[in-house]
Amino acid sequence: MQQALLIDPEKCTGCLQCEMACSYENYQVFNIAKSRIKVFNFEEAGRKVPYTCTQCAEAWCMHACPVEAIVLDGATGAKIVLDDVCVGCKVCTIACPFGTINYVQDSGKVQKCDLCGGDPACAAACPTEAITYVDANWTGLDKMRAWAGRTDTASQANA
Amino acid sequence: MSWAKRVLRVDLSSGRCKEEPLNMEWAQEYLGQRGLATKYFVEEVDPKVDPLSPDNKLIFTTGPLTGTMASTGGRYSVVTKGPLTGVIACSNSGGYIGAEIKMAGWDMIICEGRAEKPVYLWIQDDKAELRDASHLWGKTTWDTEEIIKNSHQDPQIRVSSIGRAGENGVLYACVVNDLHRAAGRSGVGAVMGSKNLKALAVRGTKGVGNIKDFKTFMQVTKEKKQILADNAVTGQGLPTYGTQVLMNVINEIGALPTRNSQDVQFEGAGKISGEAMHEKRPTDGKANLVTNNACFGCTIACGRISQVDKSHWSVENSPKYWGATGGLEYENAWSLGAANGVDDLEALTVANMICNEDGMDPISFGATIGAVMELYTMGVISKKQLGMDAPFGSAQALVDLAHMTAEGRGFGPEIAQGSARLCEKYGHPELSMTVKKQEFPAYDPRGIQGMGLTYATSNRGACHLRSYTVASEVLGIPVKTDPLETDGKAELVKAFQDATAVFDSSGLCLFTSFAWSVEDVQPQIDAACEGDWTMDKLMTVGERIWNLERQFNLAAGMTAADDDLPKRLKTEAAKSGPAKGLTSGIDKMKPEYYQIRGWDTNGVPTAETLSRLGL
Amino acid sequence: MKHLILGNGPAGVVAAETLRHSDTQCEILMAGSEDEPPYSRMAIPYLLEENIDESGTYLRKSPDHFDSLGISQLRGRAVSLDINEHQVLFQDGHSETYDRLLIATGSHPVRPPIPGIDLPNVHTCWTLDDARAIASLTKPGTRVLQLGAGFIGCIILEALANRGVKLTVVEMGDRMVPRMMTPKAGGMIKRWVENKGIQVRTSAGVERIDETEKGGPLRVSLNTGETLECDVVIVSAGVVPNIGFLEGTPLHVAKGILVNDAMQTSVPEIYAAGDVAEAPDLFTGAHLVSAIQPNAADQARVAAINMAGGQTHLKGVLAINVLDTLGLISTSFGQWEGVNEREGGSGAELIDEEAFRYLSLQFKDDVMIGATSIGWTEHVGVLRGLIQGQVRLGERKQQLMHDPTRFMAAYLGAAQAIA
Repeated sequence: MQQALLIDPEKCTGCLQCEMACSYENYQVFNIAKSRIKVFNFEEAGRKVPYTCTQCAEAWCMHACPVEAIVLDGATGAKIVLDDVCVGCKVCTIACPFGTINYVQDSGKVQKCDLCGGDPACAAACPTEAITYVDANWTGLDKMRAWAGRTDTASQANA
Repeated sequence: MSWAKRVLRVDLSSGRCKEEPLNMEWAQEYLGQRGLATKYFVEEVDPKVDPLSPDNKLIFTTGPLTGTMASTGGRYSVVTKGPLTGVIACSNSGGYIGAEIKMAGWDMIICEGRAEKPVYLWIQDDKAELRDASHLWGKTTWDTEEIIKNSHQDPQIRVSSIGRAGENGVLYACVVNDLHRAAGRSGVGAVMGSKNLKALAVRGTKGVGNIKDFKTFMQVTKEKKQILADNAVTGQGLPTYGTQVLMNVINEIGALPTRNSQDVQFEGAGKISGEAMHEKRPTDGKANLVTNNACFGCTIACGRISQVDKSHWSVENSPKYWGATGGLEYENAWSLGAANGVDDLEALTVANMICNEDGMDPISFGATIGAVMELYTMGVISKKQLGMDAPFGSAQALVDLAHMTAEGRGFGPEIAQGSARLCEKYGHPELSMTVKKQEFPAYDPRGIQGMGLTYATSNRGACHLRSYTVASEVLGIPVKTDPLETDGKAELVKAFQDATAVFDSSGLCLFTSFAWSVEDVQPQIDAACEGDWTMDKLMTVGERIWNLERQFNLAAGMTAADDDLPKRLKTEAAKSGPAKGLTSGIDKMKPEYYQIRGWDTNGVPTAETLSRLGL
Repeated sequence: MKHLILGNGPAGVVAAETLRHSDTQCEILMAGSEDEPPYSRMAIPYLLEENIDESGTYLRKSPDHFDSLGISQLRGRAVSLDINEHQVLFQDGHSETYDRLLIATGSHPVRPPIPGIDLPNVHTCWTLDDARAIASLTKPGTRVLQLGAGFIGCIILEALANRGVKLTVVEMGDRMVPRMMTPKAGGMIKRWVENKGIQVRTSAGVERIDETEKGGPLRVSLNTGETLECDVVIVSAGVVPNIGFLEGTPLHVAKGILVNDAMQTSVPEIYAAGDVAEAPDLFTGAHLVSAIQPNAADQARVAAINMAGGQTHLKGVLAINVLDTLGLISTSFGQWEGVNEREGGSGAELIDEEAFRYLSLQFKDDVMIGATSIGWTEHVGVLRGLIQGQVRLGERKQQLMHDPTRFMAAYLGAAQAIA
């Protein structure tokens, strides 16, 4: 059974350990500017929202790639960028309507979440289980439930 | 390595920014952040300097663990000579900008001189430049941050700025970053304002690399995070209630300074406590607390995000206060609340927001209001002077005076001087609850004796964050001592002071010390930093920093007489609670402390002490 | 069932693969007119920069990719179509029949009717063959005049500059990339490339090109009165759909082949996709050619599913573009020029000339309909998400008017409902 990242913004404190873990995993440096998962802050609502690629079935990025540099990892279901094939044309970055594949100027390539080959560093680093790596079917269902129930619970979920 | 090994020197007078290598010899002796910046400061600045003159310098500084995956590794400090105290000032803050400075490739930013016109410092990785800030002058820290992000078209920029308090020379103005984190104490924001430096805006994309031993570092930081998670204070108490977990605890032990320290217990404590912040309001059915919140890299997440009741009188016509933002920490709930006898949680939250948006230290501001209210009660300051009634317990006066102080209106400029100068002016210096002219925080030295010595000997004026003996005397960390006892406190204070200097110089948050000792920090530093960082070396670094700060203060004109508490705490006994009948035993503890420190009876480090520490 | 696909660019290849995915049994024949394996024109600039070799431009890297999928390939250019006989005649004289036909013949560059346009050292830059010729003609110091600063012209700027040529660009419009960028943004790109040492002449047309001597340097005369001497002229004056072979057929064509939202032409068993097709625009429903890879792939997938007997529709074409001019990255989406106020239009624009950053968002009522950016590389995809999804922004629209930089927050809040 394939697994997926389940993100629960209610639990996120905004510590950015996930962003550091991601950059360390991929670049051996603590550099949140290069993280493939980003935590967005909604100040007025008091919410932090970790956000990254959901490895969507449509795979807009993969289909938009002119040189077959984005391929499916059969083991994890992740759409992964092959650095040595990517020419840096950036077409995928405007094709993906989720904004989760981005151009990295100093490498001249694009980057996106690859689920770390099946052991996501962000989930391992998250201190509050706001990011977990779980059974893929389960996330689909619960994501919907979480969003549906979100407005009612937003103000009381804390601590 | 973890140091970026680069210092940015900004000459505000000429407008030039230049890069220098970090003095790595000093880094081995002072570690980073508080210690290392203080070393730079004392080497470069005349101790007699007028804090608000161009000759004073202002250093923004990170530690070697800032911007790393070590838990809480996101701290920075602002080091200068404080205008409130006239001694060394070193104010520490979390949020995100500390890590951003490091990720832009800088350990430290030294600002000197004075700009002719308002400017802000814009740092984008290696590039640093001063930019015109005339459009930002007069703006709050909230607006300043928004305008800068918008004009640079980058929501990921981090900003530290001063609000109107810093511009108006409020002597306890702070530097606010990330909207509600602050380098709060001693008036570092007033120094920034005196230099016409409105803000520091940073975008760093270089990252922090070159950790000495990445593999060990990742492993040891992971182990240490687990200790924080498993600890009752850092794993449960702080995330749930923030520092506000203390309000009821400290009140119960009779150490909550109330109504300008006339009392040691506050009947309204429960209404302004961490527990109260969780309770649903009858008015709108929502709790004051929205969620907890972490600073960069922090796995504790003690920060409070609050939202006030929109229909509350203090905000009903001000939508800008309706959104969620930084809420009450214990010190602020005390200084704005108990210190003034105010028990309106919503009003305290709003007063705290005003302090954030306009960059004012809520501890000093709130405690100064306490003095104002006492002087008002005594008839020394009149309703006419204030433009309002200001009896103890008046939430309205608290909120109105917060606006007036930040904006420099009416009686505000007098409050802006802090309680020491204000009480002196009105002929009642004994009513100022200060040490070295800095207002002391939320622990009454009659009920927690060690804190009396902490305040009296703190190098930056009264402060709880130089040796938080509350940990031992109240919480039993690392061992329980009796808060009403003076014996052994000198030793305890010294040990805490030296250890704190290590935490403050590492890039980590002092709050980890509820669960970690220096023994837990040492392997993290050793894995990250070049050199051999043993416990012995670290503890020596801590003691060296303390003595370096002390030497600067002595050279600045401070004497042993300044290591003292307000008369009230020594002569008026606590009226209730476990400490009933007690005064502070500071006079007993102080000589013992000097001796343990290796200082003479005048509080001057002996030649032997200095040579032992390589000073 | 025999599917014949004319064209082996991205649209042809994606369609062939989608057909195979939908129907394991059908016969698929894909015809390409160039003597190359299926490749991507998008990758040519990187080939010219020598970042990749020719195989790096191939759409599919495995040599037996198409064989293994049972997709037959054919070299040949279609010259006519007989819709009654369901038959296509190729240039070499042989014919192929079909049950379903996909026309994905793409486009070709325009050679404007200028005296001298056919001289030996005047080239287009469109095919691998063109790239080889340009590579052999351009060395450090070679004087190159590029005619046209549209999208395609701009994507080869960097490649040429990196080859060390001395480059002059002549554009008829009043700014660079006039059909993709707002005036401010086009002006900013011009200033950027000029700072990088490229000469730019806007509001200027080429009147004639002459050889100074046989096979020697060229003299280019502009309608501004200026004459410029150069060694090579590269023509990038736009492209037009390859529909010549449809002459005499009843297929409805305008600029390209008109299709409905199933990518079906006016002849039911014939479909079209990619640069050659004119599909309904997302907002107006008016037919539009959007010659960019993601649209080609989307259209091809829709066409192929319908050809295989499935049913799917294209939600509407959204013009999207991304451009890298010597390190300055720009994007444009949808109706970037906005619509007027009477139709509910409004917009916000942020300009930082010094830092070369720019952001313009255009709205109709509370829906984002277009965007232009310069210097933004993070999360720009959500601009497509917001526009294509026609997400109602509600009160977030006013926030974006006030501060357009918060588009990501608006997206997460309005489209993903997680804020």
